[in-house]
Amino acid sequence: MQHESTLTKAESPSRPPAQLRPEDDRALEKGLDNLQQETRVQSSWKSSITKALLPVAALVAVIYVWQMYVWIVRPRPDQLPGPLDVFGTLGTLWQSGEAVETVLTSLQRGVVGFIIAVVIATPLGLVLAQSRILRGAFGPLISGLQVLPSVAWVPAAVIWFGLSDATIYFVVLMGAIPSITNGLIAGVDHVPDQHRRVGHVLGASRWELATRIVLPAALPSYVSGLKQGWAFSWRSLMAAEIIATGGTLGFGLGALLDQGRQFSSMSTVIAAILLILFIGIVVELLIFGPLERRLLRRRGLLTGGSR
Amino acid sequence: MSTAQIEITGLSKRFSADAPLVLEDVNLRVRPGEFVALLGASGCGKSTLLNLIAGLEEPSSGTIASPKAAFMFQDASLFPWLSAQANVELALQLRGASKTDRRSEAARLLELVHLSDAAHKRPHELSGGMRQRVALARSLAQNRDVLLMDEPFAALDAITRDLLHDELQRVWRETGRTIVFITHNVREAVRLGQRVLLMSSRPGRVVAEWAAEKQDPVALTAEITTELRKEIRRHAA
Ligand SMILES: Nc1ncnc2c1ncn2[C@@H]1O[C@H](COP(=O)(O)OP(=O)(O)OP(=O)(O)O)[C@@H](O)[C@H]1O
Ligand SMILES: [Mg+2]
Repeated sequence: MQHESTLTKAESPSRPPAQLRPEDDRALEKGLDNLQQETRVQSSWKSSITKALLPVAALVAVIYVWQMYVWIVRPRPDQLPGPLDVFGTLGTLWQSGEAVETVLTSLQRGVVGFIIAVVIATPLGLVLAQSRILRGAFGPLISGLQVLPSVAWVPAAVIWFGLSDATIYFVVLMGAIPSITNGLIAGVDHVPDQHRRVGHVLGASRWELATRIVLPAALPSYVSGLKQGWAFSWRSLMAAEIIATGGTLGFGLGALLDQGRQFSSMSTVIAAILLILFIGIVVELLIFGPLERRLLRRRGLLTGGSR
Repeated sequence: MSTAQIEITGLSKRFSADAPLVLEDVNLRVRPGEFVALLGASGCGKSTLLNLIAGLEEPSSGTIASPKAAFMFQDASLFPWLSAQANVELALQLRGASKTDRRSEAARLLELVHLSDAAHKRPHELSGGMRQRVALARSLAQNRDVLLMDEPFAALDAITRDLLHDELQRVWRETGRTIVFITHNVREAVRLGQRVLLMSSRPGRVVAEWAAEKQDPVALTAEITTELRKEIRRHAA
């Protein structure tokens, strides 16, 4: 065969040694590098302040409209109290220590439930992402559970566990686990095949491939699953707390809401809603938002300071 | 005849039983330290051949003898969550280098491709040419005798490509690696390769070869281009 012949003279390269490369080339290269690199757009402090002020302005506008409505239309105070009444109630709740107690009770349940959910859902997601058979068998079930409102579990949980914290946690777990599991599975599924090929070429073992390449690549999707999981935890928790009250149960935000309803105290109801909303926003703003943004920015998936 | 570093005999490949043959009876010997440029029209099976050598695909028939090879892809294929330096360090780690060695070795390799300043940048902050240089540093970090390159510079502009050609040549001389370089650009093949192989299409096989050293590059480029065109025209009917 002609192309099997090794007829060339490999041993003595005939071209001049590269050390003679002119300095010009180095400058040329440097120039190209500098021209082609993404120049980082510094987001000015002015625009970031504007961004922070926008939601505050919206909040002020809502309260203003609400107050105007109360002044002009004069609805019955037990139907719709004004913002001042609600703030008054919040103040009372704060002074009596009830606000802190309910928030802490609910937050603690939410956080503990969420952590248990993460501990269960993560290995579950990893196993399902690895095994095609298990995935085929349980995948649809988990996706279905993700859609099922977890309040639906409250009656069953009350029958099984009575009015205890176990009931609450059970409902929270049923709400959070499917989202977290699915986020992780989706993340592993969407790891580009090219990443695995590179890992293979670099000589990664199966374990190294999983821990050094697949998991880091799936991280953004996992985190967005966590974020959704937290949202579901919080919602399920409120639903469970409203329905399952009394017994050995501590007094959480949901119970406060229910108490407001029983006493026909609309301002308590609205105050409780505001507290629930507030916790949700704080967790998103302080934890998941920054975490997600940081992850995406480091990978160049989030552009500049927009959004 | 000196010993071959890569030896391929009677290699054929089809992707499924009813699919057409992509490669048929490919025979190839590459000697240690040799720089081989593999040339062929788009879709003729160049990547498939290289993937087979790298063990990313299984041959349908025939044998491939090759040591484990480093691989450089057409797109840099860096991991977006790691800095340039960390990308290189990961290759060192997966090859089993100790933690202290990794640091200095990665720094040395980045210096080799003139990227010390960009060591801590992430891939998305680098230009295409810089990413390709990080990929080159990473493939050198594997410290394997054989380096397989699949059109690594195809997506770059002409000036950047020229510079990378120089850099690759320099690295090849300094490290004495065996390189199989795929391209569909005749001029690139003639410029880089000691030996230029031409592949036919459908099925792919090695149909001609030229020794590129000590030849007039312009004349050789013209000659090979004529051959390549002839090969492509065969499929006009
Ligand atoms: N995984 C695969 N499954 C099925 N067919 C494939 C697969 N990979 C490649 N092919 C087919 O094999 C043929 C050769 O592909 P290959 O990518 O090796 O060509 P190439 O010479 O590298 O082309 P290019 O210059 O465009 O990169 C093509 O017809 C392609 O469709
Ligand atoms: Mg290809």
